[in-house]
Amino acid sequence: MLIKCPWCGDRSLAEFSYQGDATVDRPEDPMTQSDAEWNNFLNLRDNPKGWHDEIWHHISGCRKHFKMRRNTVTHEIADIKPMDGALQGGDK
Amino acid sequence: MKHYSIFSLTRNALSHHENWTEAWRSPEPKPEYDVIIVGGGGHGLSTAFYLAKEHGITNIAVIEKGWLGGGNTGRNTTIVRSNYAIEGNAHFYEKAMDLWRGMTKELNYNVMFSPRGVINLAHNDAQVDAFQRRGNTMRLNGIDAHWVSLNELRERVPLLNTTKSARYPIFGGLEQPKAGTARHDAVAWGYARGADSYGIDIIQNCEVTGMKIENGKMQGVETTKGFIGSKKVGVAVAGHSTQLFDMAGIRLPIESHLLQAMVTEPVKPALDTVVTSGAAHCYISQSDKGEMVFGGDIDFYNSYAQRGNYPTPEHVVTAACELFPAFSRLRLMRSWGGIMDMSTDGSPIIGKSPVDGLYINAGWCYGGFKATPGSGWVFAHTIAQDRPHKLNECFSLNRFETGHVLDEKGVGPIAKAH
Ligand SMILES: Cc1cc2nc3c(=O)[nH]c(=O)nc-3n(C[C@H](O)[C@H](O)[C@H](O)COP(=O)(O)OP(=O)(O)OC[C@H]3O[C@@H](n4cnc5c(N)ncnc54)[C@H](O)[C@@H]3O)c2cc1C
Ligand SMILES: [Zn+2]
Repeated sequence: MLIKCPWCGDRSLAEFSYQGDATVDRPEDPMTQSDAEWNNFLNLRDNPKGWHDEIWHHISGCRKHFKMRRNTVTHEIADIKPMDGALQGGDK
Repeated sequence: MKHYSIFSLTRNALSHHENWTEAWRSPEPKPEYDVIIVGGGGHGLSTAFYLAKEHGITNIAVIEKGWLGGGNTGRNTTIVRSNYAIEGNAHFYEKAMDLWRGMTKELNYNVMFSPRGVINLAHNDAQVDAFQRRGNTMRLNGIDAHWVSLNELRERVPLLNTTKSARYPIFGGLEQPKAGTARHDAVAWGYARGADSYGIDIIQNCEVTGMKIENGKMQGVETTKGFIGSKKVGVAVAGHSTQLFDMAGIRLPIESHLLQAMVTEPVKPALDTVVTSGAAHCYISQSDKGEMVFGGDIDFYNSYAQRGNYPTPEHVVTAACELFPAFSRLRLMRSWGGIMDMSTDGSPIIGKSPVDGLYINAGWCYGGFKATPGSGWVFAHTIAQDRPHKLNECFSLNRFETGHVLDEKGVGPIAKAH
């Protein structure tokens, strides 16, 4: 798999580290969360078979984080954006 | 069921092996069953078998979308062990070990269980301390453990690189002498044949596509062969657990990840135990055919591809050759991947679900093959009695909400890290 880092361009998968589901937001105030809400944030995942929005880290490169929309069946990459960008493409 | 024995072998040899009967039937589904098991891997098949054998329930269908054992059961590196330290895990896996020891006899099917020992290598002082502590914990739980000194290791595993100049110098290892390997396909086939002999229907090439639930109660499943009714449905589909429970509107603490493994060309016996190194990310054993079977870590990103990317095999092969320099001369024959159900605490989930009559068996991470008999045994109990056995009370789905997680590795709620 080649991944196009927004800053470094096409680099081998071996330089990157997967950081998880990009659609999960940490709740603003953990203390006001019920157990169910906290479980929802901490453990429960959509884990889709198909398009998935993810956070990746160019850990052996520029060390910046970015977002990526990737297909978990074909490993096809539809879009890559810096962390504040909005992902597009795929049929998500 | 035709009993397999030296006599049946001789009798069939006389007729040129042309009259063996099929090991299990391939029936069409009936409209309704007492229990439906989704997933014809080792866990689903052993569950069906123990439902009949231990609980007298035989009106059961096992529904498999592909072929028996075509999932992780037929793709794993076959290591069977119970070297766990925390309470719930230790007793559950030791129950599975007990069943492994009697499995060939229980099923009248040779699963080639080979308790050849599993040695975890320690590569620094901290690991030596941690492993010895684990060994002591295991012994307190009645599980066998043995510290293998460097000298003993040199005798036992002569091809291992024990020189000081190794990339990961070896200080010794913790062995579970009664752990080992088994023939993975035979486990699926043996349980299938056993289940079939009780009249259980094994339905292959039939995918479950939906669930019918009314007022929070299970009514049955939609499949590619039509609707099949049942008030009790047990799901054991490994990497596809998320999809199945999505049909019931239940989200799981699971991510699906890819684990690869590979084998070399077969050679004469050269390694008669299982060697693992957490530091080098490699576990390796020799199959009865003579192949070196080895694997390492997952690919570390969500995947349903059942095939891997190149960096992982490269890393695993590097580690294997570093541990066993002689193996660098062997040619690699095949590599493959399986979809792992990685839970966020690294331990399995076996129990009831929020839907009445829907039961979950999932979250096996790297290590569900060794659990196969124990998993089926407690899952059958859970389904038959509608409550968990004492051994799987700790593996409930709601432990993630109440905080009673079983994090054997102590790495926190990150599925890929377990
Ligand atoms: C490369 C690799 C190495 C491993 N090494 C080891 C090891 O050394 N030791 C160890 O203990 N464990 C190991 N494991 C883990 C172990 O293989 C699994 O945890 C275990 O085999 C899971 O068994 P199972 O019956 O739950 O799943 P599976 O054998 O995967 O069976 C699940 C079945 O469900 C079916 N299914 C899925 N969706 C549907 C549907 N919608 N309808 C009908 N059927 C469906 C699938 O086709 C599949 O056959 C390894 C796994 C891999 C991939
Ligand atoms: Zn970069």
